[in-house]
Amino acid sequence: MIRDITLGQYYQTDSVIHRLDPRVKLAGTILFLVDLFLIKNVWGYLIATIALATVIHLSRVPFKYIMRGLKSIILLLMITVIFNLFLTDGNVIFQIGFVKVTWEGLRTAVFMGWRLVMLIIGTSLMTFTTTPNQLTDGMEKGLRPLKYLKVPVHEVAMMMSIALRFIPILLEETDKIMKAQQARGADFEGGNLLDKAKALVPLLVPLFISAFRRANDLALAMEARCYRGGEGRTKMNPLIYNRTDKMAYLLIFAFMAVDIFIGRFF
Amino acid sequence: MKLKQRMKNIITTEHLQYDYVVRDEEGNEAGYYRALDNVELDVRQGDFVAILGHNGSGKSTLAKHINGILFPTGGTVWVDGLDTSREENLWEVRQRAGMVFQNPDNQIISQVVEEDVGFGPENLGVPTEEIWERVEESLRVVGMYEYRKYSPNKLSGGQKQRVSIAGVLAMHPKCIILDEPTAMLDPSGRKEVIRAVRALNQVEGITILLITHYMEETVEADKIYVMDQGQIAMQGTPREVFSRVEELKALHMTLPQATLLADELKKRGIALPDGILTIKELLAELEKLMNTKAVPV
Amino acid sequence: MLKLEHVNYEYGQGTEMVVHALKDINLEIQDGEFIGLIGHTGSGKSTLVQHLNGLIRATSGVIYFDGENIYADGFSMKELRQKVGLVFQYPEHQLFEVDVLSDVCFGPKNMGLSVEEAQKEAKEALTLVGLGEEYYKWSPFELSGGQKRRAAIAGVLAMKPRVLILDEPTAGLDPQGREEILNLVASLREKTGMTVVLISHSMEDVAQYVSRIVVMNHGQIAYDGEPREVFSHYRELEQMGLAAPQVTYALYGLKNMGLNVDTDMITVEAAADNIAAALREYGASPGETGSGNDSIMPEKNGCSDDGMTSEKKERNDNHIMPAKNIQGADSTAEKENGQKDGGTVSGKGGL
Repeated sequence: MIRDITLGQYYQTDSVIHRLDPRVKLAGTILFLVDLFLIKNVWGYLIATIALATVIHLSRVPFKYIMRGLKSIILLLMITVIFNLFLTDGNVIFQIGFVKVTWEGLRTAVFMGWRLVMLIIGTSLMTFTTTPNQLTDGMEKGLRPLKYLKVPVHEVAMMMSIALRFIPILLEETDKIMKAQQARGADFEGGNLLDKAKALVPLLVPLFISAFRRANDLALAMEARCYRGGEGRTKMNPLIYNRTDKMAYLLIFAFMAVDIFIGRFF
Repeated sequence: MKLKQRMKNIITTEHLQYDYVVRDEEGNEAGYYRALDNVELDVRQGDFVAILGHNGSGKSTLAKHINGILFPTGGTVWVDGLDTSREENLWEVRQRAGMVFQNPDNQIISQVVEEDVGFGPENLGVPTEEIWERVEESLRVVGMYEYRKYSPNKLSGGQKQRVSIAGVLAMHPKCIILDEPTAMLDPSGRKEVIRAVRALNQVEGITILLITHYMEETVEADKIYVMDQGQIAMQGTPREVFSRVEELKALHMTLPQATLLADELKKRGIALPDGILTIKELLAELEKLMNTKAVPV
Repeated sequence: MLKLEHVNYEYGQGTEMVVHALKDINLEIQDGEFIGLIGHTGSGKSTLVQHLNGLIRATSGVIYFDGENIYADGFSMKELRQKVGLVFQYPEHQLFEVDVLSDVCFGPKNMGLSVEEAQKEAKEALTLVGLGEEYYKWSPFELSGGQKRRAAIAGVLAMKPRVLILDEPTAGLDPQGREEILNLVASLREKTGMTVVLISHSMEDVAQYVSRIVVMNHGQIAYDGEPREVFSHYRELEQMGLAAPQVTYALYGLKNMGLNVDTDMITVEAAADNIAAALREYGASPGETGSGNDSIMPEKNGCSDDGMTSEKKERNDNHIMPAKNIQGADSTAEKENGQKDGGTVSGKGGL
């Protein structure tokens, strides 16, 4: 199960999207999300879907791989769809007992599900095509104005990038500790909510201890490699917009304008 | 005279002493534990030096002094002529004496191999173009260039350690300290790492300080220090050190079976020379005996 | 007691990266055996043992415990996990309780024992691993590395398993710690008569303890037998990224040099006795030696000096034989055979 979680993982390949400036991808992702919440009709959704499909195609990340990322939200997706499907009032299509499906319900359910799927794919596409380091570089540079408001932009960016690097390691560790406690007869499935919460103690305590140990080791290793915060650092991949990036910005804004116009007013 | 030598040496320690403060339950100082006691180390530029010792012998504490992570509570450590306890030397010291740690997972910062190798040079403020040159060159030295775009999570333990070594190498240090780099690896991973370390020393001429508890890994060192209870218990060339079998056993060191076998044969009256390190050597010596018929009757 | 029939394990189905981690494993473990399970990282050894207590379910094949199919309906996995105790790699990473005694009680309590009973089992287990009463109230995190590991092993022992499986119990320890743990395992077996499976990637570590070695490679069982049998494949083992003990290399090397040694020796002492005796015998033999020819003579096990000479002659005759044959029967194949034979002989001698 843990192997299925692809969210937040970089997919290594070479593509136009991979080579884009991370700031473009960050801005693009955020604008795409905004767009998803502004559009209201099926045309808007269709245009957004086509745009997303184009970007997926350009990114050369296999579609199967992207779909695996959806597995982890399948429950959330089902709940959203079912709630909207059965609990919206309006023109009834059919009714069995107190369960009724309405046109409005169907519409919202489909749109909500559609939106959620695009939301997840859109954001994970960013992490598939951007290494955490690039992402943090992008955030750091893009959010630099905040530094004057005493926001520790570099530190926050570094922390995020390290967190992403350790997610798979800690997931694997969780799996291992879980198995080790199961070998001692621990039961993570049965019982009521309280039992389940109690059963987590033998899992969480070792996990926290290990996370702290790793953090300690990592801090030491970073210091040994002369890390002393953002001051005086140079960049392996300095961020300079090139022509493709500028083109990408143009395309993103054009898409936004068209999609919101069509998605709201048609 | 000492000063002159200090200038020539890459690492010198003089009466090095380090005390851990032991605190009681309320957090008050309850005393101290002497982790290093009068350690005198002389490492010449370009040498391959091994430090052996069991856990708690003080070898890792010693390593952390050379990289400026810990500072002596007594005595002095010089790295390339710089006193490590002076604050203005700190970053110079860490750049000149790079360090590789035990756990391969807990020292790789980035999610892509080449970005991780570039981390050190970035911190040093190296210009972008030169960072890329250094990254490529370092990855080639440890034989990981083909993996430059990989995620570290997809690599084996031995490969991760080689990436860590490249990460230190890219900082252009004069000396690399490896603190039990093979302790968590399997035999083939250990071989990989030791091979990379030897290449660093022989091809790149980088001074190596290898801290380990595997005696087999020290066979090709120029000099071995054996530590026990915070002190240097033995020192010399591998041949000198390995010939003192009984002393090593008393220090709980596991000798290579070749050395043990040679020692047992000597006890049984076979005239073998001291300090046999490998099976190849042992077989060669035995063949000599057989050919000259100098076998006991 | 444990029997595996055609066990396969695959993961990653439905993706492009299907991994066949275990391939058609057939294995039988008898009561009271002491087995070394050897393989390099990724050979499938850890996956295999997690099948034995039901933590991983085989994709196909059957596992029997005391003749009962563990995948049958109504078979209690919980009971299986109690009877087949599995100590994971770096087991100290699973310690979590406030003190050592409570941590060791975790297993027995999960088995449904009362607090008193659990404590009784825990105390017994702690005594077995050499942690006395003075440690009961210590926090497990205050213990030294070796002690932590022993406490964690006690956590599994307290469930009174009939089979104890240890996954690389010496990983990350220094030589002294390694020896302590290995001696502990050997003494546990002696005291309790448990079946023990010791996973390792070091032949040298397990050679002198176990009575049977199972070698895993690429998810398959490559060798299964007594240590000396398995070590005789030292060349193949090397190709698997494993190595036979150095003693084995020394003995085979000497044998190829023409010394009458017994390659079955496993400990350094036994090998030294054997080599010293063989050297004396060699020294006592009249003439012949020192010609240089001897050192390249391959020789069958257990030959006397005389036998050795006659054997050599035979070989030499054999050598000439095919050459003679060529004149009669003009078969090039035979000629090649003859040369190949000769090549092998001198090839061995070169070693």
